[in-house]
Amino acid sequence: MEPTHLPTAFPPTNFQDLAWAILMLPLVSALAITLGLRRSRVLTTTLSLTAVAVGFGLSVWLFFLFGISGQHLAATPLAWLSVGGLDVHLGLTVDSLSTLMLMVVTGVSFLVHLYSTGYMEDDPEYPRYFASLGFFTFSMLGIVLSDNLVQTFIFWELVGVSSYLLVGFWYDKPAAADAAKKAFLTNRMGDFGFILGILLIWGATGTVSFDALAAKMGADPAVLGSLSSLAGILVFLGAVGKSAQLPLHVWLPDAMEGPTPVSALIHAATMVAAGVYMLCRVFFLFELPAAWPGPLAFLGHLSALDVIAWTGGLTSLFAGVIAIQQDDIKRILAYSTLSQLGYMVMAVGCGGPDAAMFHLTTHACFKALLFLGAGSVIYACHHEQNIWRMGGLAKRMPITFWTFLIATMALCGLPVVSSGFYSKDAIFAAALAADRPVLFVLGILVVGLTTLYMSRLVIIAFLGSARSDAASHAADPGRNMTLPLIILAVPSVGLGWLPLGAYFRHAIFPHAAEHGMSEASDVFFEPFNHSPLGAFLGLGLLAFGLSVAYVAYWGASADPMPARLPRLSRALRNRLYADEIYEATVIPLHDGFAALAGGFDRWVVQGFFVRGASGAVDLFGRGLRLAQTGNLQTYAFLFVAGVALVVLLALK
Amino acid sequence: MTVGLNHYLVVSALLFSLGLFGVLARRNLLVIYMSLELMLNAANLALVAFSRYNANLKGQVMVFFIITVAAAEVAVGLALIVALYRKRGTAHVEDLNSLRL
Repeated sequence: MEPTHLPTAFPPTNFQDLAWAILMLPLVSALAITLGLRRSRVLTTTLSLTAVAVGFGLSVWLFFLFGISGQHLAATPLAWLSVGGLDVHLGLTVDSLSTLMLMVVTGVSFLVHLYSTGYMEDDPEYPRYFASLGFFTFSMLGIVLSDNLVQTFIFWELVGVSSYLLVGFWYDKPAAADAAKKAFLTNRMGDFGFILGILLIWGATGTVSFDALAAKMGADPAVLGSLSSLAGILVFLGAVGKSAQLPLHVWLPDAMEGPTPVSALIHAATMVAAGVYMLCRVFFLFELPAAWPGPLAFLGHLSALDVIAWTGGLTSLFAGVIAIQQDDIKRILAYSTLSQLGYMVMAVGCGGPDAAMFHLTTHACFKALLFLGAGSVIYACHHEQNIWRMGGLAKRMPITFWTFLIATMALCGLPVVSSGFYSKDAIFAAALAADRPVLFVLGILVVGLTTLYMSRLVIIAFLGSARSDAASHAADPGRNMTLPLIILAVPSVGLGWLPLGAYFRHAIFPHAAEHGMSEASDVFFEPFNHSPLGAFLGLGLLAFGLSVAYVAYWGASADPMPARLPRLSRALRNRLYADEIYEATVIPLHDGFAALAGGFDRWVVQGFFVRGASGAVDLFGRGLRLAQTGNLQTYAFLFVAGVALVVLLALK
Repeated sequence: MTVGLNHYLVVSALLFSLGLFGVLARRNLLVIYMSLELMLNAANLALVAFSRYNANLKGQVMVFFIITVAAAEVAVGLALIVALYRKRGTAHVEDLNSLRL
């Protein structure tokens, strides 16, 4: 006879708990390290690495269960807040979009953790670093898994806090402390718009849950009435801050003051991608017809998507141009990140969130690789970050060099052998499909710029001869730092061969007709068939950028550009005066407002109301004190007089 | 001339006023205390008079209570005054102003 009760089935059927586990593991490790394990480096390392590795494993599992099949996990949300008409749940979204993003976040996070065990080895605050890293991973996973706008906002802010902790990790360095503050405050400006957008959407629809919103907006596109464009733009403001788009891009280059692995995790793969991910999550919002309320009616048919597309396009051009004249290896990569984020945002604006997510995924791999490679270089050159004081590193650091080169190729979008080629091409195709030729040309131009600054970086830092003592004694770092480089090089090359474009199309537009994926046989050359214009033009600009870089920088011992184009070069070296513009406009305005508010508080609130109230009571008390003579008979007399008065009044 | 309620009440009022004057004007605590007792007895007199003329014993009952309580009060009050005098060496009210701010 068969036993009726078999041991608990494996795999377990409650996948909701798996998703919660992915979210909570990094938090648990961060808390445990902060509260007790600080003293042991071994325990710190083991715990945080295990937490993220298990998270990655579970993410892969969920990806195969829910991501590929395109199923939604029906999760029971926890009721958290219910005030009036506002119901906020803490829920989970496990679908194609989030499971892939989970893999990206936990995967890159794991590799960064691993890399950090080498990079941060000598740091006395090693456990605090890992605790912050775990906390950050938790916050980021929270955004990915969130199923409503309020929950997204909460984790959005947690990401801001943990990024503050990580950028300002070396807080005794004033530049790092300032950069952390700048990142935090700049993000607040965007978040202000974001929360206004959330309130607006909630006010109009009465719900903040993604599913409910999508259903409502799908059923009635006019549900937001004349506020649809405004709501879209306000929500987009959140992404402008987090994904560092113009004009709130200023924090990202400064945030390079943090440890380099942090830059790889936060400023390449995850935090800055959160904005793009959020835009894709609420893409249904941008599909509403454009409309403006009365006073803004002159804006006509300007839709949120127009604003998004142009912001992204201009950011990518702006940052790409600045990157050409930066000398700090991390700043070049930072501006490159800005530029690529601009691509993603532009793709969203062109109605191609699938292309944006595709590029986000490939970019996360190769940009993390670039940052980690830069970290190895900086580590080997004793914290030298100026590329003009490097040189000839290719021979001395072969693993770093080759992986860096692979990532550079992916960033430039070299055909076939790089993932960036496929994802960028999807963006160009989206721009063409949306009938935005100007943005398309702009995007193609940025390919040339990208190739130019990346070739410049590689030629100067890795080729030629060593220009400093530190560079001539550099060597590849230890295995726990080179291993992540090698692992990341694989998806940097091959990720584009997977049908990720179709995957995301299916994830974001589940009901759209199948786009006609090309057969597996020509998957490598798919962009040339699918959108030949973008692919060939991109290739041409890539060759152009490469040749310019070759002519200008091959064997150069100093940058020729300041001599040839002094004004342009100076403007670019000053980052096109973005910080100066802020200092001339926003900051005095803000200081003035702060002084006004401070004055109001000091003179009106504190001076008049608080001091006034206490002063009046005090004065009254001083007056009454005169009546207290201490003479018993005076009291008795007053008492009798009072009684007499009462009797008189009563009898009258 | 018959003695009526009003006569009793006038005497009571005179007694009360004398007592009050004593309380307000005299400086010696002991005299003040005696004046207070005078006021109390003025009230007693009024109560008894009302009781008599209203043919209602409630007023007299109350007077007995007042006399009892007053006896106890005198015991406590005199003890306090004696203790105060021993402590301060004076029984004059204008010297007793240490509660003043």
